[in-house]
Amino acid sequence: MWLRRELSRLTCALLVKNSQSDGPLNFSSDFFAVFSISPSWDVDIDDLGVRYRKLQQEFHPDRYATKSDTEKRVAVQAASFINQAFDTLKSPLKRAQYLLTLEDIDIDQETHITSDTGFLMRQIELRETLSEISNKENYWQNIETLRADVESTYYELQAEFKHQYESELFDDAFNAVAKMQFFTKLLLEIGQLEAELEDA
Amino acid sequence: MALLQISEPGQSPQPHQRRQAVGIDLGTTNSLVASVRSGMAETLPDEQGRHLLPSVVHYASQGPSCVGNEAAEHNISDPLNTILSVKRLLGRGLEDVKMLGNQLPYDFQTDQGGMPKIATACGLVSPIQVSAEILRKLVSRAEVSLGGALDGAVITVPAYFDEAQRQATKDAATLAGVKVLRLLNEPTAAAIAYGLDNEKEGVIAVYDLGGGTFDVSILRLSRGVFEVLATGGDSALGGDDFDHAIAEWLRQQVGMSESLNPTEQRILLETAKAAKEELTDSESVEIEILDWSGVLSRDVMDTLIDDLLNKTIRACRRSLRDAEIAVDKIDTVVLVGGSTRTLRVRDKVAEFFGVEPLTNLDPDRVVALGAALQAEVLIGNKSGDEMLLLDVIPLSLGIETMGGLIEKIIHRNTTIPVAKAQEFTTFKDGQTAMAVHILQGERELVDDCRSLARFELRGIPPMVAGAAKIRVTYQVDADGLLSVTARELTSNVESRIEVKPSYGLAEDEITQMLQDSFSHARDDMQARVLREQQVDADRMIQDLLAALKEDGDKLLNTEEIQCLQVAVKELQKIRVETTEHRVLARQIEAVGKTSETFAARRMDASIKSALAGHSLDEIEQG
Repeated sequence: MWLRRELSRLTCALLVKNSQSDGPLNFSSDFFAVFSISPSWDVDIDDLGVRYRKLQQEFHPDRYATKSDTEKRVAVQAASFINQAFDTLKSPLKRAQYLLTLEDIDIDQETHITSDTGFLMRQIELRETLSEISNKENYWQNIETLRADVESTYYELQAEFKHQYESELFDDAFNAVAKMQFFTKLLLEIGQLEAELEDA
Repeated sequence: MALLQISEPGQSPQPHQRRQAVGIDLGTTNSLVASVRSGMAETLPDEQGRHLLPSVVHYASQGPSCVGNEAAEHNISDPLNTILSVKRLLGRGLEDVKMLGNQLPYDFQTDQGGMPKIATACGLVSPIQVSAEILRKLVSRAEVSLGGALDGAVITVPAYFDEAQRQATKDAATLAGVKVLRLLNEPTAAAIAYGLDNEKEGVIAVYDLGGGTFDVSILRLSRGVFEVLATGGDSALGGDDFDHAIAEWLRQQVGMSESLNPTEQRILLETAKAAKEELTDSESVEIEILDWSGVLSRDVMDTLIDDLLNKTIRACRRSLRDAEIAVDKIDTVVLVGGSTRTLRVRDKVAEFFGVEPLTNLDPDRVVALGAALQAEVLIGNKSGDEMLLLDVIPLSLGIETMGGLIEKIIHRNTTIPVAKAQEFTTFKDGQTAMAVHILQGERELVDDCRSLARFELRGIPPMVAGAAKIRVTYQVDADGLLSVTARELTSNVESRIEVKPSYGLAEDEITQMLQDSFSHARDDMQARVLREQQVDADRMIQDLLAALKEDGDKLLNTEEIQCLQVAVKELQKIRVETTEHRVLARQIEAVGKTSETFAARRMDASIKSALAGHSLDEIEQG
């Protein structure tokens, strides 16, 4: 009796161990498959939102509030996975990075845009404009101009990425993503500056 | 719909009886309990017909402590033993408490762990214990009112509460013997109450100014889904601060010294509060204190509180920015919290949003009503298909890196639940341990953020620097609570850490307190726990067998199936034989672990098929 219990405990422990060998539970679908759409740059964000909410209606932990701890735990992981998928696909930058990951491109590798002098110059110029804004008059207007400028470049880069990605020029697409990264960060900093000026 | 027993959408696996669930608004000044009866949410009164329970606990040197109106009567005569506004101390460290020290006249001491406690006639009590007293009172009111034991409660917290404050609230519930279905953010609760009441669609801003906390949330409501886009606020700003500003003005007018004794302090505060409330209806109020008399006009009060109000408006602006919503896109503004009765608050909010705020629900009760509606869905009395909440984490989570800097792992306003994984490596040859320090806040430096917890990963096999690969996974659940797992990938060494806030109670302290409070009724308690475990075991057995029958062959190999069958058999046997709830609990846990993979595979398969075969039209109508 005792032996049998121990044996079953051990076998089960082993199974648990194996199943966990690569960390927390894995959901194997890629982020596009989660929403039953095929990998593509073009994503209809409204449609994605509808699909997202439909999925969370089923898998959110609130649907399992009275269930067992195991089910709750799995539901938390499933809902987290769905949230991560939605968060990735709705953001142009994250979506672009993810598309490259699906093509086995290492998005953490060193970039080559540092040799693109045109881009470097523009980068320096924009940074200077941003850092000088609060010292000048009319800064609200200057911020708006800068934001419009940065946003239009950001959209151009997205179009560039789309073209390169769809033509399977993944190295070029990777460079476009690295540039998009810079512009996303700059937009964030413009927002922060605005917040600081408003609070001052 | 269960994971292990997946049924057709809209069909409950088994018909069940109605269960008792309530919503609890554990407020700084007042608390409430509400439930849904005949489809309507309503707050529950006490025997004297009072709905609001003052969040006050009095500890007497002789006789039992009391809670609520009775306790509030001791406010002026026995200030040191009458604990008010304890919510401001929940989940806080000694430093924070000291900052509030001038406002709260208690005798603070620290326990051995350095946690702040209040010295009372009944000995040292922690803010968690005080909160638990309030919860107990509300639960017993609900049990009398509903005529039976509660199956669960939704407890509301300010959206801007950090992890430590949330954990402390949950600990208080554990101590009070309440099963928490969910910690719900107060503005979200208010949005539910208004949204369902007025059948609103569109973008809602909730401005929630309570006694001690301020929250603002921006939500999008579409087809019964409440999606929080951003939330912000200040967990140490509220109507109490208006009172203090007015009291300070009074002190100067009266010419009292800056060092007041606790009784004088309470008199000033009570007078200030009464004046503030009267100014809602009249232009000016006459005040008499000691041998001083004078007039406070509404205009003067407005200037006293404007700085505080401007702070709340700045928080609104920041939340709109985070939500990426222009102020003119706000369709509805909802006011919550007793402090929004102050006219100046309404004017400022209306002016900022350019929308006249909705006030048709009582701002004191709306949070409890929303919580009750959510509790009803969670407990399963109502088919929840039509309502879902998607909330966010209010403050960023990060870890300490070299040089006292913080690397953010999960950014504020990310939808929860959320999980993020990170990989680290060792920086010295032969390094076998690694420390991780988790913080919460928006600033860059460790010193400016809230320390949540530290943990160590030990037993990393000695390797050359940079060879080890340690993956740390941060999981934030739907309550906004964090758990962390760390694993060395080459050796599979794991350490699992439930994050215990630096300012909370340790697990064994809670156990001890629970034992103390239940010692008189231990046998009852044991029997009740055993009964609960038996119900869990029965459900687990039933669900697992059904799931195995349906999907076992598709998703598991022979060995896995066998293992699960053995585990279930063992559980069935122990279920029948044992009277020890701990033994049964252990086996339930073991079976739970064993079936986790199966449950995950079913979930995965189910995600894949959830949308397959549906046309988009169907989805949109769904």
